[in-house]
Amino acid sequence: MLRLPPIRIEAPDTLQDAAQLLSNGNTRLVAGGTDLWPNMKRRHQQADTVVSLMSIPELDVIDNGKTNTRIGATATLADVIRDDEVRRRFPAFAKAVASISSPPLRNMGTIGGNLCVDTRCTYYNQTEEWRRSIDYCLKEEGQICWVATKSPRCWAHTASDSAPILCALDARVTLVSSTGERELPLKDMYVDDGIDYLAKRADEILTELTIPAASDDSQCRSAFWKLRRRGSIDFSTMSVAVAVWTDDSDVVTRATMYLGAVGAAPMPVAEVDAVLVGNKISKDRIAEIAHVAHQIARPMDNTDFTASWRGKMTEQYVTAALREIAGMPPLHMQPRHRLRVI
Amino acid sequence: MVKVYSVPPDERPGETASELRIVGKPFRRVDGRAKVTGQTRFADDLQFPRMVHIKLVRSTVAHARIRNIDLSAALAMDGIVGTLVGEELPNSFGIMPVSEDEYALAIDTVRFVGDPLAAIAAVSEDIAHAAALAVIVEYEPLATIASVAEALTTPEPQIHEYADEGNIHKKVSLKFGDVEGGFEEADLILEDDFFYEGSNHLALEQHSSLAVAEDDDRVTVYSSTQCPHYVHRALSKTLDIPASRIRVIACSNGGGFGGKSDPFNHEIIVAKMALKLGRPAKITLTREEVFYCHRGRHPVQMHLKTGFRKDGTMTSQHLQTTLDGGAFGSYGVASTFYTGALQTTTYKLPHYWFEGARAFTNKPPCGPKRGHGTPQPRFAYEVQLDKAAHELGIDPADLRLRNLVEADTITANWLQIGTIGLKECIDAVVKGSGWKEHYGRLPEGRGLGIACSAYMTGAGLPIYWNHMPQSGVQIKLDRSGNVAVFCGETELGQGSDSILTAVVAEVLGIGLKDIRLCVGDTDLTPVDLGSYSSRVTLMVGQAAKQAAEKARDKIAEAVSEHMEVAMESLVFADGQVFPAHEPKQRIGFNEAVVIAESRFGTLGTTGSYIPPRAPGRFRGSGVGPSPTYSYSAAVLAVRVDPETGVYDIDRVWIAHDIGRALNPVLALGQIEGSVYMGLGEAMMEEQAFRRLPKRLSSALVHKMPSMLEYKSLGFHDMPEMTCYLIETDDVRGPYGAKEAGQGPLLPIMPALSNAIFDAVGVRVDQVPIHPELVLKGLQAKRQGREARVGPEKFPDINYGEPLIVHTPGQGGDGRAANDPKASRKGVRSASGTMKDRDEALKEHSSATLTTD
Repeated sequence: MLRLPPIRIEAPDTLQDAAQLLSNGNTRLVAGGTDLWPNMKRRHQQADTVVSLMSIPELDVIDNGKTNTRIGATATLADVIRDDEVRRRFPAFAKAVASISSPPLRNMGTIGGNLCVDTRCTYYNQTEEWRRSIDYCLKEEGQICWVATKSPRCWAHTASDSAPILCALDARVTLVSSTGERELPLKDMYVDDGIDYLAKRADEILTELTIPAASDDSQCRSAFWKLRRRGSIDFSTMSVAVAVWTDDSDVVTRATMYLGAVGAAPMPVAEVDAVLVGNKISKDRIAEIAHVAHQIARPMDNTDFTASWRGKMTEQYVTAALREIAGMPPLHMQPRHRLRVI
Repeated sequence: MVKVYSVPPDERPGETASELRIVGKPFRRVDGRAKVTGQTRFADDLQFPRMVHIKLVRSTVAHARIRNIDLSAALAMDGIVGTLVGEELPNSFGIMPVSEDEYALAIDTVRFVGDPLAAIAAVSEDIAHAAALAVIVEYEPLATIASVAEALTTPEPQIHEYADEGNIHKKVSLKFGDVEGGFEEADLILEDDFFYEGSNHLALEQHSSLAVAEDDDRVTVYSSTQCPHYVHRALSKTLDIPASRIRVIACSNGGGFGGKSDPFNHEIIVAKMALKLGRPAKITLTREEVFYCHRGRHPVQMHLKTGFRKDGTMTSQHLQTTLDGGAFGSYGVASTFYTGALQTTTYKLPHYWFEGARAFTNKPPCGPKRGHGTPQPRFAYEVQLDKAAHELGIDPADLRLRNLVEADTITANWLQIGTIGLKECIDAVVKGSGWKEHYGRLPEGRGLGIACSAYMTGAGLPIYWNHMPQSGVQIKLDRSGNVAVFCGETELGQGSDSILTAVVAEVLGIGLKDIRLCVGDTDLTPVDLGSYSSRVTLMVGQAAKQAAEKARDKIAEAVSEHMEVAMESLVFADGQVFPAHEPKQRIGFNEAVVIAESRFGTLGTTGSYIPPRAPGRFRGSGVGPSPTYSYSAAVLAVRVDPETGVYDIDRVWIAHDIGRALNPVLALGQIEGSVYMGLGEAMMEEQAFRRLPKRLSSALVHKMPSMLEYKSLGFHDMPEMTCYLIETDDVRGPYGAKEAGQGPLLPIMPALSNAIFDAVGVRVDQVPIHPELVLKGLQAKRQGREARVGPEKFPDINYGEPLIVHTPGQGGDGRAANDPKASRKGVRSASGTMKDRDEALKEHSSATLTTD
């Protein structure tokens, strides 16, 4: 079987120790390991030392406070969707987390890990031997992006299902390093580049996620739609996350939308705000936004399904997500997409 | 007598239930408890002292001459114990005697990415892997071939010099009857192009092998294999030592589906390494390496032309196929014939012309996967029938019913049909699905599709020509009351151990637990050819029945003398032996064996099975014959979204003519598994490849050799399913049984395509049916173009002069009319064995024909 290369594993029980260890040499973080271990087995992520966050108690927390919900980086995906209050406050977020991979991997995978999950590409998520046979790629060791051979940049796609909806819900993250701590909007942690896809520095630890109470279900309506081939296991090949704030008469006061898996970062559809604010959601406005979203999405031939169909499906799913928020009945079937939070 | 019953099996009406105590009952499989508690030892579970781990160095280029293999960096590592390169195993091998084109390790040329060229043995798997990565290979690249079309336009360089022509491995053209005359009688002629993508078996267990060297140049190989006998032969040839010094033990397999029926390079390498080092040697493949072993479904393009009369009956058919074979022969010659052989087994076809060609390409070799070569043309045929039904205004189910082949007849291509319950299969799924009320009448976006199929119950001929039994069983009985059954069969999860045990237990009137099985061991068990071609229930079952009946008769003889009752009056049941008229005079089975052992000495019996001889006498008639054929019919209900092409299968109804279910629960498991695998192929599975832009790279690689990215259904994705078992009691099978392991897969793919047409009016002439293809068809329909997706053009290929064979209807004798090489005297009819078989066939007495 595929096995890990020899590595040193550190499991500190304080954040300070972890930050200190991370500042040394060729070191990586691990939490649930559902992303890092397969990547290291295939040798496209490497490290001499891996620092585990799983022994730091303060990171394993879910706190539904008055002004916000705080979720520690090592809360597992299963913990998140089992939390009644999280499901009540942020149903679309819970739905997105419930759509990640499969139950056993959600028992291991963490919310911090999902936010930082490596970008994916069918030319990259392969073994060392396979990548040798294409002379590697731009993302790792090679010179050419095989998805777009003339491209100076890497087109690996963001693979996080929690990121688009959390960006839409104005979530913030805390990053801690041996030299300090900073907080930033989650959307600013992502960079539209397949290689350097995070603004988080390598020596920083994502410790915590906060979702403001202003984004909870009593204040805003949100939706998450994910396109994938099967009803479980698969990564997104495209996803839509949307949040809409309205006044008492259903007139939109603010709206946010992010697309997943059709760019290296969650792709903001800023127009959703301009089109909807001051109006009620209508079929025409939905069509206008769906059309714009299709233009913004940049699906490439780097995952399952053809890129052009994923583009068309962006339009369909944006429509579906906005109709869900407006309380309109679904127009179309959802492919193997019976997302339920149990 | 046809009986139909559906799940649950308990509701089955059984007039024979009083006669049979185990057969036909849903007994628990004999290996079930060990499987679910983890007691079963798969090959990878085995460990031996001083065992070394092997990793293969595989080619990273698709086609090249090997200039140099530099092992020095690898050898410098601590923990390296040994290496092997191609020259150390100079004898070629291959499953088919006509295409022994493989070497355990590539010698001069590598032919696809993943082709192994060196082996490293180390004290741990980690070290072996690190060392394998450190091997430096210099290549001289050669032109690569990625498709049949490229093979046709690139005759040089040849991937194998023995090919029929350029890079076309095998060409075949068989013409039965007056094909052109048949088309002239037609009121409607349909011509269609179809494509069926290749797929992998995706057995959960990855291949694993372990070899232990013993004194005197002996070696034992434990392996996950479906065919220990063929591995045994290949090891003897490649290791160059007598077969008597090689022992192959087939471990329990975690699935095979055809993917473990070739002898493999890694099996030879562990044996050679163990002999070379004098230490046990083991290898377990990664999932990626399984995709490189492959031997999966051939990608096949098809051109199908069929003539129909107004009443829906068929006048003639011409089928052309091309197979993308990958880099080696494997079973490919047989696969090529199979893309044409079984077309005649479901519906009457008076005239039939089959042309097939297999190309060599620089990809992992294709071979047999569940249905071996027949799902592809079955897809084409059943979709075209649906089109014909529409053109002719006939209900597609009725069109099929009007054309059914009759039992005990011989087809245009000289296949002997046994029992056929296809009418009952169609009736069952038509009734179950509400076909008559719903077909063609559901709202837009919802549809029903029907398709049928047939499959062999064991190939009529062995892989290599011989007159010996295809299955042998030995039974040893002794005073302990234990009955030990020895047979070369291998358990893949299909339940063969349970069937073997049940047959013996049934005959001897003892419990399943009273039998000790010893299977799949070339030292200890008589030869069985292996678990392929759906042969085991019928062939092993018949051999076991014969051996058990001999044992029963032996015991009965002794007991009848002892009790002074007529031998014929003795009954064996519930672990007792007693005269039928006086059950109280019973003795335990144990005691009966003691009496027999006292009377006759050491007790042992054997049983053998050789299939009846097929009526065809032309070159190529060896592929297709079977003792009997199973039949299936399926209806699928789908919902299709007209805006996106996304579809969902709501329900599957499937009926299978199994002859008789020896264990209905196992049979249903096989049918459900077939539907599952069929849906995977119909909806998503693709052994797909990437070629990088040629100006930048010569790479030709498997697109996604991983469990995650090679898309196959999860159980979450399974629709609701209703199975019907149709029993037609075929005398050729043990207790009337036919196969269930492969046939039920076949109707699923065409039924899906047909259901999508009923839902949205789009023809999808290819699988897998991706939602984007459905959308493409819908868009074409909206734009007023033909609402069809599928291949546009068939490769321009010259299949050569056809072999002309007159059909039974024309008064033919089964021989080719224009083959100068053919013997007019018949095939080896002077042999006593063959003569016996001929005579037994004429008498229609029994299909169990033996050599002793």
